[in-house]
Amino acid sequence: MKLSDLTNSASEWLRGSGPLSEVVISSRIRLARNVNGFNFLSRCSRADRARLERRIRDTILEAAIADKTLYVDLAQAPDLDRQLLVERHLISKQHATNEGARGVAIGGGETISIMVNEEDHLRIQVLRSGLQLDEAWEQINAVDDKLEAQLDFAFSPRFGYLTACPTNVGTGIRVSVMLHLPALKLTGEIEKVFRAAKEMRLAVRGLYGEGTDATGDFYQISNQTTLGKTEDEIIGDFKHVVIPKIIEYEHHARRTLLNDRTIALDDKVHRAVGLLRSARLMTSEETLFLLSHLRMGINLGRIKNVDLKTVNELVLLTQPAHLQKHAGRKLEGDMRRAARAELIRQRLGVV
Amino acid sequence: MKCDNCNKPATVHLTEIKNGKKIEKHLCQECASTLEDFSPKGHLPINELLTNFVMAHSGLDKKGDTTAVCENCGISWEEFRKNGLLGCSADYQAFEQELSPLLQRAHEGATHHVGKTPLRRGASMPPVKHKTDLVRLRKELAKAVEKENYELAAKLRDQIKLAEEQD
Repeated sequence: MKLSDLTNSASEWLRGSGPLSEVVISSRIRLARNVNGFNFLSRCSRADRARLERRIRDTILEAAIADKTLYVDLAQAPDLDRQLLVERHLISKQHATNEGARGVAIGGGETISIMVNEEDHLRIQVLRSGLQLDEAWEQINAVDDKLEAQLDFAFSPRFGYLTACPTNVGTGIRVSVMLHLPALKLTGEIEKVFRAAKEMRLAVRGLYGEGTDATGDFYQISNQTTLGKTEDEIIGDFKHVVIPKIIEYEHHARRTLLNDRTIALDDKVHRAVGLLRSARLMTSEETLFLLSHLRMGINLGRIKNVDLKTVNELVLLTQPAHLQKHAGRKLEGDMRRAARAELIRQRLGVV
Repeated sequence: MKCDNCNKPATVHLTEIKNGKKIEKHLCQECASTLEDFSPKGHLPINELLTNFVMAHSGLDKKGDTTAVCENCGISWEEFRKNGLLGCSADYQAFEQELSPLLQRAHEGATHHVGKTPLRRGASMPPVKHKTDLVRLRKELAKAVEKENYELAAKLRDQIKLAEEQD
């Protein structure tokens, strides 16, 4: 498997076919792990860092975490490749821009990614389409077991898995669910969700995680507490309490729009379609905003000749690195915006 | 100087080295904001924010702070406070006292791990004579904490301490 094989299709998590995919885009779980005998990365010498990277890479490749595993050496990879991996949610922005020996292992149709030498020695991630937290946990737990059989993870009985940042210590788990909440945004009730999330000690972020805005009404909700609760409890909170409640709110808001504000809703949706099908220059921000409205239109049965998969693919493929990989050359400014607009018109089937 | 893309005054100046060639860009705010490749690092990492927040609320900002230093990696508590990242796994022991209030703040009052335990966990522990005893006691402690039976937990903790000292 090569990196270039990834460019032309959507990642597994964007298939748009998982359970409750009309609201839940994806379920993600990550585990932070460190290897005994090496300092955390802020205090790791260059030589140790390189040694650690080789050791973890060899272990991952030998442990057969998936049928096919691709390992990318990020210190050697070109900028564009690293950006591509960020856009596919396989590495963090921080991991792309960091320096020194580091990499990422990708397997299982992009459901598994293991960042090596990010903030912690290992950041294991499983990303799945729709609401699939149990499946994600089962998968990541098995990967963790396989790696743990070969690597001596830093662990203390009192504090659990030891991490570079004390906010991750204990289980080292972060559960994130990405939601599409256009109706709550339109009805102005999204603030309520934020407040409730805050009360439950959950973080709300944008499409690309830390420090990003919620463009196109896509929100990531994740836990902050990692100590004093079991993995099952943390996942259970999401599965039984948080997510069903938010889905219910969003459905309610969608019904309200559909019943009481039908014309305004149709106007929004068809304006989005009109622009997407005719514009010649598109920024990524406007694209996400419009695709969000189109997605809502499809989910509410207002648009029938476009499927969800097409919209999800466009969310991914209209991003800068994907556009440039697709074109096979560097695109900047208006060139890039023109290429984006063209791709959208092609995929939506009207010129 | 004018923006490379339009005629507005350039306020953002970028230098990029590519294949040994230096490329300079001069852009106005508006054009610069549309450069999507690698936007400037304007965002604070969330852990830094969290740590700052937790520090500010845990009374650790006050004077009379500890001068503790980790013998293994050499990081001082002061340094940790500045960037929010620990230097090695031994820091959790070296700064146990200082970290405890911070952890409680960050984790809804929790003080002990109750989740997954590595199967090979014995390997990473210091060797102890009463190993089986200790392992059993620690398991019981984790269970007691999980069930919020703090009276039992306190007793178990004392027993563990004793066992460790005898070692």
